[in-house]
Amino acid sequence: MPIELYRIDDRLIHGQVIVGWGQPMGLGFLVLVDDEVATSDWEQELYRMGVPPELDVFFASVAEAAHKLDQWNRDKRPGILLTADIGTMVRLASATHATIRAVNLGGIHHRADRVERLRYLYLTGGELRELQELERHGVEVTARDVPASRPIPLSALVEASGEAGAA
Amino acid sequence: MNDQPAIVLAHGQLAAGLVSAVEQITGMGSRFVAMSNTGLSGAELEQKLRAMVEEIGAKVVFTDLPAGSCNIAAFRLLRDRDVVVVSGVNLPTLLHFVTHPNLSPEEAATEAVERGGPTLKVTFGKTRAD
Repeated sequence: MPIELYRIDDRLIHGQVIVGWGQPMGLGFLVLVDDEVATSDWEQELYRMGVPPELDVFFASVAEAAHKLDQWNRDKRPGILLTADIGTMVRLASATHATIRAVNLGGIHHRADRVERLRYLYLTGGELRELQELERHGVEVTARDVPASRPIPLSALVEASGEAGAA
Repeated sequence: MNDQPAIVLAHGQLAAGLVSAVEQITGMGSRFVAMSNTGLSGAELEQKLRAMVEEIGAKVVFTDLPAGSCNIAAFRLLRDRDVVVVSGVNLPTLLHFVTHPNLSPEEAATEAVERGGPTLKVTFGKTRAD
């Protein structure tokens, strides 16, 4: 079974991922792609601490994830791949040549240079354009914090903001 | 002595609800500070929690969901702070903790979990057993 959800969420592993998404899909494993976490035993231990023991958690840098993505996609269990930021997901999508077909925006929070798009989604103009670029390469981008909420296409976020994307 | 305020950090308004219930039952709700993760990134939550621990001198942080962002933020403090983190908080646990101020924070937290954890149980109606 392929990785069913590619999610950008600055909280990485947390309740919405483990329970909100994980329970209904019968989640078997998580892949956390982050160059910093991939080199830190402490960070990895931290994220493993609260995860149910039956759930596998794999940590990888972007380069390692690009190498192992096909292997994870052959796993018989449903999986979720997480990145904390847009740039990491863009780099992974670019390195894996159209393997990633859809990306979920699950939580990008307030920062001084970001504008609120949804209550759980704040983006700079540059980040919005990065996501539009991702869509131009065939990746569907939608915002959806939990399965019970309606997916909101990137185009709706762009229209609501009144910001024109890059040509 | 377990006389410093403790923090209850949880999703949505859960912490505020639990603390208000402690107040209603014991009149000791002020022994807890309620915090929520709503609208916060992991980094913001950790920052707010650190500031609160510092401000009130909390030795114990209660969190709700073991894999949740509240719990992860609290675990991050374990690296450099002398605090105790209790995951999966419920009302009986808080009540036991707050009514044993003579114990050390570590003892009070441990005992509260021993007493509060097993209070979660399922009970079936009579017709079910027939």
